[in-house]
Amino acid sequence: MRKNQVAVVGAAETTELGVVPNMSQLQLHADAALNAIADAGLKLSDIDGFATAVETPQQVCHYLGIKPTWVDGTSVGGCSFMLHVRHAAAAIEAGLCKTVLITHAESGKSMIGKQPRFTAADSLNGQFEAPFGVYGPPSMFPIPVLRFMKTYGITHEQLASVAVVQREWAAKNPRAMMKDPITVNDVLNSRMIAYPFRLLQCCLVTDGGGALILTSADRARDFPRKPVYIMGTGESVETPMVSQMETFNSSRAFKTAGPLAFQEAGIAHKDVDHLMIYDAFAHLPLFGLGDLGFMPHEETGKFIADGNTRPGGRLPLNTNGGGLSYMHSGMYGMYALQESVRQMRGIAPAQVADAKISVCHGVGGMFAASGTIVFTNER
Amino acid sequence: MAEPQRARPKPTPETQHFWDGTKAGELRLQRCDACAHVYFPPRPFCPSCASRKVSVFKASGKGFLYSYVINHRPAAPGFTPPYAIAVVELDEGPRMMSNIIDCPQTPEALELDMKLEVAFQQLDDRITLPLFRPAKG
Repeated sequence: MRKNQVAVVGAAETTELGVVPNMSQLQLHADAALNAIADAGLKLSDIDGFATAVETPQQVCHYLGIKPTWVDGTSVGGCSFMLHVRHAAAAIEAGLCKTVLITHAESGKSMIGKQPRFTAADSLNGQFEAPFGVYGPPSMFPIPVLRFMKTYGITHEQLASVAVVQREWAAKNPRAMMKDPITVNDVLNSRMIAYPFRLLQCCLVTDGGGALILTSADRARDFPRKPVYIMGTGESVETPMVSQMETFNSSRAFKTAGPLAFQEAGIAHKDVDHLMIYDAFAHLPLFGLGDLGFMPHEETGKFIADGNTRPGGRLPLNTNGGGLSYMHSGMYGMYALQESVRQMRGIAPAQVADAKISVCHGVGGMFAASGTIVFTNER
Repeated sequence: MAEPQRARPKPTPETQHFWDGTKAGELRLQRCDACAHVYFPPRPFCPSCASRKVSVFKASGKGFLYSYVINHRPAAPGFTPPYAIAVVELDEGPRMMSNIIDCPQTPEALELDMKLEVAFQQLDDRITLPLFRPAKG
């Protein structure tokens, strides 16, 4: 795909984030969509392309009253929205549609109008993982951590520092759920969830949503907001079973999606001003920094513990506070994208000065899928 | 009310041989006749070279502890926390999820790379699970 041919011209989260007991999941989609449409200065009838995950495109399009000529229902977990951005950019370039709306919403906390997740007993996960006591992401996602730590000499304190640093960023974000400062000791003394991970190393569970609107870069100049260009994209999937990853020392999906996006954007790691790495759990930024090629995995724990990713550090990472402290409705990728867009527009609460390139890297399932988007505000 | 039970696997035509194996006290893997790749979970073709000529064989049941978590909360039905959810790397190459029995469920007792051997635990007359315990000797 050619770089900078498509731009984000509308971006918004739901009016409220956190605990939203007065809205169903479907209405959260609509709330985010209407906010994004207003942000872009558009009408619903201007939308001719639509993408969403978990809920079907027909469900959300009908509810909103959208009549699309292009839809994408790719649903590979929390990074689905990175894949939607990639697919939408390709569709706009190919002329299949002009203006794409991407929505995410989840009533993850209040569970209103949300279908329960279910593992069929005759699926491969149902036969070869469920019988051994996995029960939700906290019991599955950290399974690779001990091997990763042993291979690379990563310490418990370094993994705790991920949560500490992100709380520093969250404190600068009025909409973050958790803003009180924490220490490494606080993290290591918080309630045990699934050894080696404790409560403060696991994501929040909240309600909310977000939406993006994309159109061609040529049209983007006429919109009220500063366009944020899609500079590079990548995607991949590996396995729905965490036990069947090729290795616990890295993620194959990360190692495929990330470099594709860098290559397409034509950038080097030193060009990255701002970075988002989907942090459902505290080990993901370490996997991401290594798998995206910022540094050898061995150095990732020390890099974060030494403060390189904190406010004022040389690689600002997860500047909204991340899934650990900002919000996590279940599929966090949309919120990572929103923060990248805010940073590129120059309006983020914890704005990185003069940031021109933002890399937004997502995970789906337990390392099952991945999507990477490189954004820029210069064409 | 009955005690909540551990999730029961339901075999499919492609996995039936595996569950027949555990019931008979055998850990069965598959090997590609064309490229010799050994793989898991079961399927009637090789995920490495796509050959449909594959054979089922009895694995050694030996391996080592590749990684794990000790789950505290929330606990799955039929489990008393804390309990370890482990991934075992078999001597033949594939890895599988399992539980470690005859071993304290603590970080001190559960050492990565410790040698393990399969131990079968019957759930009912249909399903026997492959669990692992520290290898003897």
